[in-house]
Amino acid sequence: MTLADTFHLSFKTVLSYRLRSVLIILAMTLGVAAVVVLTALGDGARKYVVNQFSSIGTNLLVVMPGRAETSGAFPGAVLGQTPRDLTLKDAQLLGRLPQVRRYAPLNVGEAELSATNRLREVTVLGSNADLIPIRHMKLAQGSFLKRGADYSAQIVLGSQLAREFFPNTPAIGQRVRLNERRFLVSGVLAPQGKTMGHNTDEIVIIPVEQAQSLFNTTSLFRILVEAKSHDAIEPAKQAILETLKQSHDGEEDITVITQDAVLATFDRILHALTLAVAGIAAISLIVAGILVMNVMLVAVNQRTSEIGLLKAIGAPAADIRFLFFAEAMWLSTAGAIFGFLLGQLGSLMLRLAYPDLPAWAPAWASIAGILVALITGILASILPANKAARLDAVQALSKK
Amino acid sequence: MIQLTGITRIFHMGGQTIYALNRIDLEIQDGEYVAIMGPSGSGKSTLLNVIGLLDKPDSGSYRLDGKTVTDLSEAEQAQIRREKIGFVFQSFHLVPRLTAAENIELPLILSGLEPSERKLRVNDALRAFDLSDRATHRPSELSGGQRQRVAIARATIMQPTAILADEPTGNLDHQIGAEVIALLEHLHQTGTTLIVVTHDRELGDRAHRQLMLRDGKIITDKKHDAG
Ligand SMILES: Nc1ncnc2c1ncn2[C@@H]1O[C@H](COP(=O)(O)OP(=O)(O)OP(=O)(O)O)[C@@H](O)[C@H]1O
Ligand SMILES: [Mg+2]
Repeated sequence: MTLADTFHLSFKTVLSYRLRSVLIILAMTLGVAAVVVLTALGDGARKYVVNQFSSIGTNLLVVMPGRAETSGAFPGAVLGQTPRDLTLKDAQLLGRLPQVRRYAPLNVGEAELSATNRLREVTVLGSNADLIPIRHMKLAQGSFLKRGADYSAQIVLGSQLAREFFPNTPAIGQRVRLNERRFLVSGVLAPQGKTMGHNTDEIVIIPVEQAQSLFNTTSLFRILVEAKSHDAIEPAKQAILETLKQSHDGEEDITVITQDAVLATFDRILHALTLAVAGIAAISLIVAGILVMNVMLVAVNQRTSEIGLLKAIGAPAADIRFLFFAEAMWLSTAGAIFGFLLGQLGSLMLRLAYPDLPAWAPAWASIAGILVALITGILASILPANKAARLDAVQALSKK
Repeated sequence: MIQLTGITRIFHMGGQTIYALNRIDLEIQDGEYVAIMGPSGSGKSTLLNVIGLLDKPDSGSYRLDGKTVTDLSEAEQAQIRREKIGFVFQSFHLVPRLTAAENIELPLILSGLEPSERKLRVNDALRAFDLSDRATHRPSELSGGQRQRVAIARATIMQPTAILADEPTGNLDHQIGAEVIALLEHLHQTGTTLIVVTHDRELGDRAHRQLMLRDGKIITDKKHDAG
């Protein structure tokens, strides 16, 4: 029997057991679609986080007080040792390093923002003019902590705050108070929404010296540093560690994390998560494979006398085996194709429902889903196909 | 030519040994018309199945056209069934999903013939067996006689040297059975060896040679000339 005839004959069989075929194909379809959609979701989440994290800066290094226990990205202070504070002087030292393009000291706190008849609690960032370019923020109006006569009274409002406090008048030049201190609005941030969990639309930014005195501290929360290039990130990190070690009397009591390293970590974790999810979805394909096996075994039973007839008219065992293989291949191929299409449709709907989420199934996942479907289908047919091929012709013929 | 020497086929049933065939010696020339008769359980079907290479004897040797076929591989035996033997069964054994034409085509598909050549030969067979207007009908839409005609068309489509029929009229009424027998006898007249298992004495008498089996042994082997 030729290959073409084998596939043609088994295709007719698939068509004539319609309900059975539809159910198997459905099980396969759902399994493959699950792999495609879930990996689209996982990989979309990975890309989303990576994009978000990339958008907060370029070649960014973050200096924080205290030493990381391990070389990992997340610091924890060594037990029993109070780390020395980061100071403005430290920040200025870093600004002079050759690998560093610019830096921004950072203080964070809460304060009460008030104007004529409004008052609310806001997050206050204390920094310098370079915070804007380092953090890839944009100004909608005005200017940002420009050195000048009124430098120390300047305040920049998040877009939402500007709208709330000055709904009808331009915010620039208006007077506001932060815990009784007077400020003049010098700029308004462009709306950005949430990045990495912070809503920059509801913050205010003031000069770092003012923030220190507002919060009654001489220390800094962080120093943000932008390296001159991607290649300068590692040298910059070493130089920063070295510089601050000297300035802290030989004590290595700070941690420098690079955006790159954090990004790589996120990327790795979320990629592993996607793989795990794909693996779980693939289990449904194995279940579908077991279903195929069961249904094919039933088919061999049902068609016993037909198999006997085929033997009587001269079909060798190999032909009969391949007929059942081919049948399983039709079923699992159809399942794989429909599953792939359904999965793509599902990913499209995800993207429509969540435009921020780049939910595209990675090629490897689609290919793996299809291959696993085909392979389980074929593996599942081995046992039934062999059973059919080995049937005793006389006994098979005598079965009703 | 079919030559059986010392063919024995044993079945074990609940500790009992059944000699379905007990040291059978038999020679059938090409073009003979043989009826195999005997009481139920005497081994008629088993003998036919051994001759048709569907069943393997436990001992003895079987030469077909001068060649020992008992130790051939499964695939080689299948090829002999495909090319030299046509089976006709009491219960027709048509594939219910396939049309009459497709059922007749099956042996041609198994031997890997071109679709165009297959179509020609199936159409010839449909005409020869008066089934042209039933070509696209499924077995369930055919009468018993039509089903057996499809089965005979299928058995002869490869132009085998021997037709083996196991009670071909067993499921048919007298009149239709006679028509089926006439068809088989017509095939015999064109030179095919015809071996028919039957309970029907009258039918057995039409053959040119009668084998009588009992308990797996040939007890009489009568020949008389045609007519
Ligand atoms: N698969 C089997 N297992 C056990 N015993 C079997 C098997 N096949 C046949 N036999 C036994 O072998 C003997 C011969 O069987 P066979 O079918 O050849 O008889 P038969 O002459 O064709 O009978 P009938 O006229 O009823 O069809 C019987 O006793 C039967 O019970
Ligand atoms: Mg019998």
